[in-house]
Amino acid sequence: MSAEENCVATICPYCGIGCNLELHLKGDYIYKVTSPFDNPVNHGNLCVKGRFGYDFVYHKHRVTTPLVRRTPQSAGARTQAFDLSEWQPVSWDEALDLVADRLVEIYRRDGPEALAVYVCAKATNEDNYLLQKLYRSLFRTNNVDHCTRLCHAGSVIALQQAIGSSAMSNTAAELIHPDPRRRPDVLIVTGSNTAENHPIIAQMMKAAVEKYAASLIVVDPRRLELVDYAKLWLPLKPGSNVPVFSAIAKVIIEEGLANRAFIEQRTEGFDEFAQSLEKFTPEYVERVSGVKHDLIQQAARLYASAERGAIYWGMGISQLSHGVASALALIHLAFLTGHIGREGTGLNPLRGQNNVQGSSDMGGMPFHYPGYQRVDNPENAARWEQAWHIEAGGLNRQLGLTTTEILSHAHPGGVRALYMMGENPMMSEPNLNLTRQHMQQLEFLVAQDLFINESGAFADVILPAVSFAEKDGTFTNTERRVQRVRQAIVPRGQARPDWQIICDLALRIEARLGRPTSAGWNYAHPSEILAEVARNVPDYAGITYQRIEKLGLQTPVHDSNHPGTPFLFADSFPRGRGKFYPLDFVTAVEQPDYEYPFILTTGRVLEHWHGGSMTRRSQLDNLYPEALLQIHPLDAEMLGIADGAPVCVASRRGEITLRAQITEKSTVGLVFIPFHFAEAAANLITIDALDPQARIPEFKACAVQLCPARDEDLARPDKRLERGRY
Amino acid sequence: MNDEITLTIDGQAVSVPAGATILQAARSVNIPIPTICFHEATSPLGVCRACVVEVQGWRTLVASCVTPAAAGMVVNTHSERVTRSRRTILEMLASTVDLSEAPEIQLLLQEYAADLQRFPGAERRAIPLLDDNPMYIRDYTRCILCWRCVQVCANDAQYVFALNFSGRGFDTSIATFYDRPMPATTCVFCGQCVGVCPTGALKTKREWLLEKGLLPEEKPAGA
Amino acid sequence: MAEINPLVLRETLSRYAPQGRTALLPALHAVQAIYGYLPEAVAVEVGRALGVPLSDVHGVIKFYNLFHPEPVGKTLLQVCTDPACAMNGGEDVLQAIRLHLGLTEEQHTAGDITVKRAACLGLCEHAPALLVGQTALGRAQASQAAELCQGRGYRPHALVYGEQRRLTLNCGKGRPTTLAEYEAGGGYRALRRALEQSPAAVIAEVKASGLVGRGGAAFPTGVKWEGAAQAAGDPKYVICNADESEPGTFKDRVLLEEDPHRLLEGLLIAAYAIGASKGYIYLRGEYPAAQITVLAAIQQAQQAGLLGPNILGSNFCFELELRLGAGAYICGEETALFEAIEGKRGYPRLKPPFPTLHGLFGKPTAINNVETLCNAPFIVEHGAAAYRQLGTEISPGTKLFCLSGDVLRPGLYETPFGVSLHHLLYDLAGGVPEGRKLQAILFGGAAGAFATPAQLDAEMSFEGLRATGLPLGSGVVLAIDERRDLRQILLGLARFFSHESCGKCFPCQIGTRRQLEILERLARDAALPGDAQRLSDVGLTMSDASLCGLGQTAASAVLSALRLWPALFD
Repeated sequence: MSAEENCVATICPYCGIGCNLELHLKGDYIYKVTSPFDNPVNHGNLCVKGRFGYDFVYHKHRVTTPLVRRTPQSAGARTQAFDLSEWQPVSWDEALDLVADRLVEIYRRDGPEALAVYVCAKATNEDNYLLQKLYRSLFRTNNVDHCTRLCHAGSVIALQQAIGSSAMSNTAAELIHPDPRRRPDVLIVTGSNTAENHPIIAQMMKAAVEKYAASLIVVDPRRLELVDYAKLWLPLKPGSNVPVFSAIAKVIIEEGLANRAFIEQRTEGFDEFAQSLEKFTPEYVERVSGVKHDLIQQAARLYASAERGAIYWGMGISQLSHGVASALALIHLAFLTGHIGREGTGLNPLRGQNNVQGSSDMGGMPFHYPGYQRVDNPENAARWEQAWHIEAGGLNRQLGLTTTEILSHAHPGGVRALYMMGENPMMSEPNLNLTRQHMQQLEFLVAQDLFINESGAFADVILPAVSFAEKDGTFTNTERRVQRVRQAIVPRGQARPDWQIICDLALRIEARLGRPTSAGWNYAHPSEILAEVARNVPDYAGITYQRIEKLGLQTPVHDSNHPGTPFLFADSFPRGRGKFYPLDFVTAVEQPDYEYPFILTTGRVLEHWHGGSMTRRSQLDNLYPEALLQIHPLDAEMLGIADGAPVCVASRRGEITLRAQITEKSTVGLVFIPFHFAEAAANLITIDALDPQARIPEFKACAVQLCPARDEDLARPDKRLERGRY
Repeated sequence: MNDEITLTIDGQAVSVPAGATILQAARSVNIPIPTICFHEATSPLGVCRACVVEVQGWRTLVASCVTPAAAGMVVNTHSERVTRSRRTILEMLASTVDLSEAPEIQLLLQEYAADLQRFPGAERRAIPLLDDNPMYIRDYTRCILCWRCVQVCANDAQYVFALNFSGRGFDTSIATFYDRPMPATTCVFCGQCVGVCPTGALKTKREWLLEKGLLPEEKPAGA
Repeated sequence: MAEINPLVLRETLSRYAPQGRTALLPALHAVQAIYGYLPEAVAVEVGRALGVPLSDVHGVIKFYNLFHPEPVGKTLLQVCTDPACAMNGGEDVLQAIRLHLGLTEEQHTAGDITVKRAACLGLCEHAPALLVGQTALGRAQASQAAELCQGRGYRPHALVYGEQRRLTLNCGKGRPTTLAEYEAGGGYRALRRALEQSPAAVIAEVKASGLVGRGGAAFPTGVKWEGAAQAAGDPKYVICNADESEPGTFKDRVLLEEDPHRLLEGLLIAAYAIGASKGYIYLRGEYPAAQITVLAAIQQAQQAGLLGPNILGSNFCFELELRLGAGAYICGEETALFEAIEGKRGYPRLKPPFPTLHGLFGKPTAINNVETLCNAPFIVEHGAAAYRQLGTEISPGTKLFCLSGDVLRPGLYETPFGVSLHHLLYDLAGGVPEGRKLQAILFGGAAGAFATPAQLDAEMSFEGLRATGLPLGSGVVLAIDERRDLRQILLGLARFFSHESCGKCFPCQIGTRRQLEILERLARDAALPGDAQRLSDVGLTMSDASLCGLGQTAASAVLSALRLWPALFD
């Protein structure tokens, strides 16, 4: 390597696995990404996004100066402006003063409930901690939330209710641990297209099956790639998780396979729960889920008789109007069998974003301070009032609004000002036509982001932030591992690290508000921010930048000598005993009918990320340039749709046109659309039915109709790339 | 106390856990044995034969990366047969493949005083560069057929099976199903193959363009 | 290209699909028979049906000579130009046929016929030989080009000679021995005797007989069977290595074509001895006549209750399957053979572990040569002592020798071990024709070494040849008279190895090509200074450092020539 060549170790900005990257630089230019083969997270393996998807950092659409909308926007009449010509470049002082002025003005006029903030599951722990601190300490509001609401909120609420925690209990690398006594022999993977969404973990699952003869049970409506490796596939109808997993629980109990000792010593509420399972008879379950009883039995026996059984799950469990109940149904299985609290077992929700675990740990949610301390608990409030130098009673003790609610409250008398850090509700919220209406109602909107995305296009002010490659900080991966993110290149133009923008803004707001004491915004380096977190969040107490210089540490890290916690709940659960919850069968809100006969489920594909802000501006887009509707051959045949033909997909809420991809990954009656493509946005069609407790939308099931369309109706009719991957 | 066995390498007694290979045993006491195809993240296959050693009483030389050490074994890592084999293998490689971007092999060429011009009139690997996807190029004039890319694409890592061998013998090449362009195969563009290639035969497109002084945006359209 | 009818394709593939990957080579043979070659769309269906990744299907197709990913003529005409055939004008026959068909240098197909150069077809006693489709023709002459293209010419029949013909008792009729004939002559009595004993007793008898492998490695057969019998693992397999491809070798071809039941009986005895319930005969794809006779024999045996469940009313069950090779000499190497049966490219595996512990599908496997197995019935029926009445102390029994080249009576010769080379070559085979002088003898095939007239009194036994420094190998004795340019012969051998190297290990992958290039220079009288040293270094490196026996012997003939005739290489 020549003198101007360099190599910086950092963490991938895409998914929650938190792969360790080595960015190879020539001067300012990243030309290659490798990964150390001996790192315990991904063992040198990467997916296409980690390996090749960093180039969005250099895209010409990067916002490099603060921008103010030339045409002033007013509530009720907001429009989107994607083109730079519609924006006035201003200095940082101008921009931040403007933002501080407007926010303080609205705060003074309408009070804390009029303000809301979206923190960012892609930003660092330091960024997120500071932004929620700003809104809580300065604007005294708990309207703090982010896309976790749209992701594992169902799982998190369920875990908190049943266990008292909110994270994956074990470590993914247990899947391939060389010692057979430390790895799972049975896996249940449900509601997760792991091969596309957590590719490195899917790799480990495949290795567990191929090399170590682990038995894999896939419970999913689609014929996913992992089904090829599965001993059992339960192809349940979307929305029927509760009956299926309850039926499995019933078989475990009836056939005497339950771990009585564990139930007696570590759980409560079993009797009532066992009774509630009466209604899940084989006939009933088959009728509502489509899964035959013998598959239920086989799955139950396999999992219950395992030495170590581990459950991995994803959005298919959480993103439902009964997401909490779905996750509880899974948690019950671990309670019944004792497959929790030991290495090689566990309840493992696979967190999506690179730092959603961190942004949640940092209190980026309306019900919790950092460390999952409930905001409506006076002791917690008092503690944070102390930490942030706030007068006693100053912090808001009411639960705040969640993301979808923040938007649905965007009207006079409700939320007037929204601050978005690295979020794109105009692609990721359900029922986008309605979302658009809400966005238009806002009085003041700020976007702190890399690009002008579909939401920032509505904003009044855009503050240019830096990408993962241009700042220091930490991400917490899905296994609770806090890892170091390192700056590799200088910020583009005048873009600044998020945490610096926030501190700068906070000082200006504090000055305007005339607060007697400052909540504390003077940090020389992000390590000092994490030190403040460590002082106040017990799970992070022993984490310093020095300790995670080479390898990350898994929370809880109780003190500076504690080595971190690879797996949780060895002796007890945070709430003491695990709690069983009797469940009713609730299904997806919108069922297929004569007019809308297909079930639409949405999700991701390997090459892209969520709203597409990053990946559509990367060479990744060349590999997967357009939205594709995944439809089963029989359905395509019936409708007269050829592979690659344009199809119009419509629900009661909206419609889009996209090409059909005939594949057996879909099953009969079910179609899939990835939600990355603005020109064929799947969320225009999805339903904003929310889980009553978690408030998570039902992205995984709504009813649609399909009809053939014309090439001219496609946004990019010339874009078709032949791909051979499944 | 797990099973330990003792063998002799270059006159030195070495103790290792049972199951260790001769290569592991040698490395545990810093006795150098060159390797080319060996990689920490792939299953050792003993393909390059650079790591061969002479074991007393055995007819042929053995690849130390895959041969289990046995109690009482007497190993010579630099006998005349061994040195001749290594040097000739290196000379044959140099006569076939462009090794200009294989730094580890370059060091070996020097160490063994390999004569790069040893084989006049030798047929070289001369396959046109494959540029069929946005992410990486394949320049098989540099391919030494170390098997690593095929291994990581298969069950050493990805279980994708997009790359495999074509042809046989000297005319072996790495290929896709009926030479389809990469996007039309099962390739998921994880880049694992690029990550393990020791000679720069597989290279990220960005790096390749950078060497030419181009940024991707400057590429001619359609390329 | 023929229209692909998916129904026909899927019907054909449905027979193989349940077996998965192991059925890949049979499935490819079957669909190639329908379409004439293997179009991409067909390969996709094969991969899908068998659950084999597409790139692996392609890798297999491109490894084996007999699989064609590109269209070929309806008739594939393969002309052998390996040593015996080359010496007898094979090259001229090839060129004459190409001329007759009007092919330019780059073309290989004219109308319905594709012409290819073939590696040794195992018809050396009828040199020069060729395969026209599935028809073997011998003693071909360049003047017969037109007839040869139509599949007309001399049809080879077995030429079997010798003294004490135990193994070739039934050979030489020019047709296969039927089950009835075999039994009338005492066939399957040995099997009955074996079933009355314990497997351990059978193994003890074979051990006592001193029988060693006839494929070239000469490993004690009884010890091999004992190893497999004692190994942990289930199921166990017996395999007959009928992939006879060593240039100059044709003994197994004769046994398979003329007395297949002897092999079947040997296999049954082996299976009983080691506790195997399943066996394979891996037959090279270039033996079409043997394919027919072996399949027929298997069917006859099944109908007679000699194969399948409860053989001859006992508890012993044994299923036997014929697997066809697809054109790769390396698949004669036992572990590469396993890979072929498993549906993969024929890459040899590392040893240890050895096949008796970890063989086919990772299970204990006893793999033996055709001739070796054909020895078993005599031993079990008559006992080790009777077996040892012929041969020497260290090399008991009889041996099949393949005489070809410049010899008066080329053919298969069975004699007891211990006769002299002179006796074999001159007394039995008639010596060099037309009074010419003997220049050299190639022993053991391409992977062999040269003998000179000074060694005519060598004893044809393992110990005798070892003392003379010659390999017995598979029993090839290829006579070379004074006319022959040894450099041309070496060139032919080098071409062979370069073509057959699997390409896995570096010494052989590159070394066989470098060796060829140097010998090409040599044959044109254009040797460069240092070529002899180059050949020596390359040859010794291959011998010392190659992964398998092919590489380890790819230079043995060249190295022996370097020792015997150094002036040849100036």
